[in-house]
Amino acid sequence: MIDIVNLNKSFGELNVLKDINVSINKGEVVVVIGPSGSGKSTFLRCINLLEQPTSGDIIFQGNSILGKELDIEKYRQKIGMVFQQFNLFNNKTVIENITLAPIKVKNMSKAEAEDIAMKLLKRINLEDKKDEYPNKLSGGQKQRVAIARALAMKPDAILFDEPTSALDPEMVGEVLELMKELAIEGMTMIVVTHEMSFAREVASRVIFMDEGEIIEDSSPEEIFTNPKNQRTKTFLNKILKC
Amino acid sequence: MIDKEFITTYYGYFLEGSKITLMISLIGVIFGTILGVIVCLLKLSKIKILRFIASSYIEVIRGTPLLLQLYIVYYGLPMALPFELSRMTLGTIAVFLNSSAYIAEIFRAGINSIDKGQMEAAKSLGMSNGISMRYVILPQAFKNVLPALGNEFITLIKESAIVSVVGIHDIMYNSDTLRGITYKPFMPLVYAALIYFIMTFTLSNVVAKIEGSMKESD
Repeated sequence: MIDIVNLNKSFGELNVLKDINVSINKGEVVVVIGPSGSGKSTFLRCINLLEQPTSGDIIFQGNSILGKELDIEKYRQKIGMVFQQFNLFNNKTVIENITLAPIKVKNMSKAEAEDIAMKLLKRINLEDKKDEYPNKLSGGQKQRVAIARALAMKPDAILFDEPTSALDPEMVGEVLELMKELAIEGMTMIVVTHEMSFAREVASRVIFMDEGEIIEDSSPEEIFTNPKNQRTKTFLNKILKC
Repeated sequence: MIDKEFITTYYGYFLEGSKITLMISLIGVIFGTILGVIVCLLKLSKIKILRFIASSYIEVIRGTPLLLQLYIVYYGLPMALPFELSRMTLGTIAVFLNSSAYIAEIFRAGINSIDKGQMEAAKSLGMSNGISMRYVILPQAFKNVLPALGNEFITLIKESAIVSVVGIHDIMYNSDTLRGITYKPFMPLVYAALIYFIMTFTLSNVVAKIEGSMKESD
């Protein structure tokens, strides 16, 4: 579904991504792990063009997304994103956060958008918070609303950029649980995370990145029990010890 | 020191003057805001020529005296227009043009103060720049700059005194008139100062209150 070909990204002199080649198939849950500064987030942000790749290509459903004729906004509607800092719209209530894009971008009627939003809110158990503003929610609630907001656009894939890193430990579970459900339902997901248990349990593939390169790309069993590369071993040793 | 007879006889001059001053300042800040937002959006535009126009506008207005701008509008605009504008309208136009440049910069700071994540989230949902600005960024920026706009209003109350030089009957002009007709060269100025001060002092307290209550709601 998404093919990333020879992707490079540099910020000035700094090469953050070096020759990344990955294919993501429909329904896959690809977890990207690696030390901080390894380019994981930049990789994710290149996929929906929040960062403009320096060179290389990204092919989505057979078409290059870097071509001039591509409608970036149309493309982004199909690729949801969930951020580390949630980024709920502070001036909108919970339900407005979810309905804003369907109404303004997809030209959905307000009633229809609210209907979808209420179903999503019911699913994440936050129906009673529908008229609250984001600042009244806990971190875990915010992130679940952010996921619902992405889902309301009925995307083909969702990118998760360290979705639990800004959460208090007791709230990590509720967010991971929701993500796990989505994975089981067959949503295509690319997840940058430090939650190794999630990677082990839910991922169809795990990609280990270091210094802007993909070091290893294989099944979770393979990576966690039998890592091929020394850097992967060192990283996993460090992470799994604590 | 307070001359009761003077006040009871001539208070009307100050009352009328206050109305004019407040009206010019209020219209100035409202139209200045509308124009200021437009100039600010041009300045943040991706199109180079629009950015250039907006920057030039801001720099020229901020780099020349208000008095000069007033003269240019007051004497220049009627030459360019096929219909007549009142003195009051011309004066107000000069004031809000001047104010719009400052307000554009206020809004630019307000927009820049919004967390980048808000724009990224909007974009990630497929919203265009325009839609993101209109429904997500500007409402938040507007809330943030409300105190600064209040202060701009206060500034205009003081600076609008300059329109007295083209014969608009504001507080300043009327106190000058009183100096002439009463042969008291000093006291009308003191009364004028007092009125300006009461207005600005009251308003800055209101702005401070609004600022305080906004912090609570955040």
